[in-house]
Amino acid sequence: MAKITLATIWLDSCSGCHMSFLDIDEFLIDLAGQVEILFSPLVDTKSFPDHVDVSLVEGAVGSESDREKVLTIRDRSGILVSFGDCAVTANVPGMRNRYPVADVLARAYAENACPAAAISRDTLFFQEVPALCPQARPVHEFVPVDIFLTGCPPPPEAILYLFSELLAGRRPNMNGRTRFGA
Amino acid sequence: MNIEDLHQIARIEKSKQEGFQHQIHVCVAAGCLSCGSGQLKEALEKEIARRGLDTWCRVKGVGCLGLCTAGPLLSLETAGIFYQGVKVSDVSDILEALGGAPVERLICPVNSAFFRRQVRIVLENCGRIDPERIEEYMAESGYGGLALAVSQMSPTEVIEEVSRSGLRGRGGAGFPTGLKWTSVAKASGLTKFVICNADEGDPGAFMDRSVLESDPHRVIEGMAIAGYATGASQGYIYVRAEYPLAVKRVRLALFQAERMGVLGNNIFNTSFSFNIKVRLGAGAFVCGEETALIASIEGRMGRPRPRPPFPAEFGLWEHPTLINNVETFANVPPLIRKGGRWFAGLGTEKSKGTKVFALAGKIMNTGLIEVPMGTSLRDIVFDIGGGIPRGKEFKAVQTGGPSGGCIPGQFLDMPVDYDSLAKVGSIMGSGGMIVMDESSCMVDVARFFMEFCMSESCGKCAPCRVGTRQIYDILCRITGNLSGPDDLAMLEDLCDLMKSTSLCGLGQSAPNPVLTTLRYFRDDYLSHIHDKRCLAGACKAAREVA
Amino acid sequence: MKIHPRKNVRSDLNPSRLLTFRIDERVVSAHEDESILSVARQNGISIPTLCHLDGLSERGACRLCIVEVKGVARLLPSCVTFPRQDMEIITASERVVSYRKKILELLFTERNHVCAVCVSNGHCELQNLAVELGISHVRYPYLYPRLAVDASHSRFSVDHNRCVLCLRCVRVCDEIEGAHTWDIMGRGITSRVITDLNQPWGSSETCTGCGKCVQVCPTGALSEKGKSVAEMIKRRQFLPYLQMMRGRQDESWPK
Repeated sequence: MAKITLATIWLDSCSGCHMSFLDIDEFLIDLAGQVEILFSPLVDTKSFPDHVDVSLVEGAVGSESDREKVLTIRDRSGILVSFGDCAVTANVPGMRNRYPVADVLARAYAENACPAAAISRDTLFFQEVPALCPQARPVHEFVPVDIFLTGCPPPPEAILYLFSELLAGRRPNMNGRTRFGA
Repeated sequence: MNIEDLHQIARIEKSKQEGFQHQIHVCVAAGCLSCGSGQLKEALEKEIARRGLDTWCRVKGVGCLGLCTAGPLLSLETAGIFYQGVKVSDVSDILEALGGAPVERLICPVNSAFFRRQVRIVLENCGRIDPERIEEYMAESGYGGLALAVSQMSPTEVIEEVSRSGLRGRGGAGFPTGLKWTSVAKASGLTKFVICNADEGDPGAFMDRSVLESDPHRVIEGMAIAGYATGASQGYIYVRAEYPLAVKRVRLALFQAERMGVLGNNIFNTSFSFNIKVRLGAGAFVCGEETALIASIEGRMGRPRPRPPFPAEFGLWEHPTLINNVETFANVPPLIRKGGRWFAGLGTEKSKGTKVFALAGKIMNTGLIEVPMGTSLRDIVFDIGGGIPRGKEFKAVQTGGPSGGCIPGQFLDMPVDYDSLAKVGSIMGSGGMIVMDESSCMVDVARFFMEFCMSESCGKCAPCRVGTRQIYDILCRITGNLSGPDDLAMLEDLCDLMKSTSLCGLGQSAPNPVLTTLRYFRDDYLSHIHDKRCLAGACKAAREVA
Repeated sequence: MKIHPRKNVRSDLNPSRLLTFRIDERVVSAHEDESILSVARQNGISIPTLCHLDGLSERGACRLCIVEVKGVARLLPSCVTFPRQDMEIITASERVVSYRKKILELLFTERNHVCAVCVSNGHCELQNLAVELGISHVRYPYLYPRLAVDASHSRFSVDHNRCVLCLRCVRVCDEIEGAHTWDIMGRGITSRVITDLNQPWGSSETCTGCGKCVQVCPTGALSEKGKSVAEMIKRRQFLPYLQMMRGRQDESWPK
């Protein structure tokens, strides 16, 4: 049986969903025999491959760079999975959406930073990292999503079920296996 | 007060009026007052007194003369002359021309279609009597219907007469009035109420205001007749506080009616007693919905509740309650005086009588008109309304306010009645008619009405509270050329949701302007979505892109 | 032949008439003054609700309990609709379920429901409804309103970001506790529950601190202080008991 090719990525998120993925423990070994990971924070690849069968997208779309990535991923993926609450609802990254970006940055890097590391509010701009969009928004507001895997993070059992169904060539029905905030 | 007294007052008033050779009627309804008819009336009175003409010439403030666009209006009753756009400086010319050739430059053609094609039942006294004098109303057989009802008819006979007339509620939905009255009459309970819904809130509608300002006694009489027919002894007029002139005139009329004894205890020496109080609305559109209106009168928050139970059995303070609109009540007195059969002779098979419309928007003759049911839209817009100004093309007419729809040119020859309007996705509504020309973008029109519904949604039920906001956001995206590919589908989906699941009429009908514009003016939407261009050139963002 | 339904009926024996009708093809028996919702639940047929709570007056406002009635074009809220003899009710037709999902999704977009950081995570009626109705994501754009948290009360706090405006708090405070500390202000999308005349909860002179509002709140909008994520479990068993003991079963005031 040919292996299915897999890509995973984290955008505006905490990487917790990937940790939950690792929490499927010994089943990772089974999975390794059936899945080939072409692109992931877990492997050392720099550019997104031309085609993968399945992409797991963790995190909300919070910057212009996230948006470009998600468009590329949609373009080059067979099945796109919104992986975890941040991707599905914008979740915690979305909590900043109520405030202007400048205020959010100032709160994080000026007001709440320890005095030594604090930057004055006026000089707060970052050229080295992609600029934040005004709001962090769910992935499906930008591209069509095939499977929604909710949970913060999604339970390992749900992730395992997702893979077992995909490997069996079925479209998994996640209903009842996970929920918002699970 | 007995019936002889009523006739006596009418006779005295008539002969008093006949004593004057000339009667100058100055419109003192809100429209003309706002362009200075108050000062005009004062100037006329002063000049007449100065010239010593006051024995044979009289100035009288009257209600709406109809052609609001040409105000201030003035009519010479005996000569049948209308003057338009009259200024204080025209006063001496007008007085000098009395009895001779009229002042050419001020003449308003009374034989034009605007006046010729109207049939006035509700508005028959508007512009003819002084709304602040009950005697003038009585001189026009006012309170004759009430006298007839209480002294010669049983309550059942009154209801039968109303049923026979085929009168349907003029507030919008067109529920048969006779049926409603029967329900309240049949409801058990010693205490019942009659409520007049004067919470006219549709943008561009001013029928109820004009009737209350121009002929308040007629509404009072209609309510008293309804009270007699249904067994109620207390009435409420729920009028919006934004109509201060209407409120003032209604209060004055109530005071006069009580003093004359046509309201109060033992009306016309019978055992029937009826009183009316005024309640002011605090500016919430949803209070036009009957259950929200009742809550508001009770002193609670103006929020609707699920029906059934209907107010007819469970209304104001849990008592059976009859709620009708201003215009419905205004139709009742002549209907009782002249008989239901006479009324049923007017209009179409299922929509009887006449309907008052407030013409507004891109139309020559902005104003108040009354036409028989079944008059075609084309006649109303192009004949009576005088067509579209500046040679522009007709695009649509919006009826029924935020609950109605936009009707395109292809339906211009449609008769205007409850059923035809419903068939094309609109409603009769209370009678507002906003005409739009080619320079109107229908997406923008839909956005305007949805913004109205969003800010007027009471927030009780989820589909309306959040649905109006989501629809409004989508329409903003479309007019701003920022829409995505799924927006149109989502728009239709949300409209369907709101229509099917909202609690009250506001939410259920709020999508109508969107749905009708989607149906008849889809190109306006598609151009915005695909070409990022406003077809009508009306939307600002669209122009900037183009 | 004329039928006088209420004549010759001993009112002490039959204060309300009994009738039979169908819910989802099942024949059920009920008093004429029992709501369709309550009859359905007695028979183990679940209908989702949010504003309804046994022991409080009905509002008919969340619209999740809508059902189809054969022969009636409109969908009717089962919490305030009463059965009639031989009525046929369908509680979960495709049409009804799809509307329920959409309404719930709209509720999710309305405020900032971030389950992951919510005290009621795992014990939330809104969350449970999403599971029950199989909502995997929300199709409408989130509105992300900017709303306040009032933590001025010594024992409780209110987070408007999680409020679904079911007004259970308003009703329990008014109808059961009798304090009427809670009410609602604004209208439409700007509606918001308030304490007293929009004063901080902590400074309320009417609040008795009974905590009933907290217990009836379906989400984490009202919570006890000191509870962390997923620790707030609501106990509302007291309600029907209190209502019964106070003889307010006949509460029929439509809210």
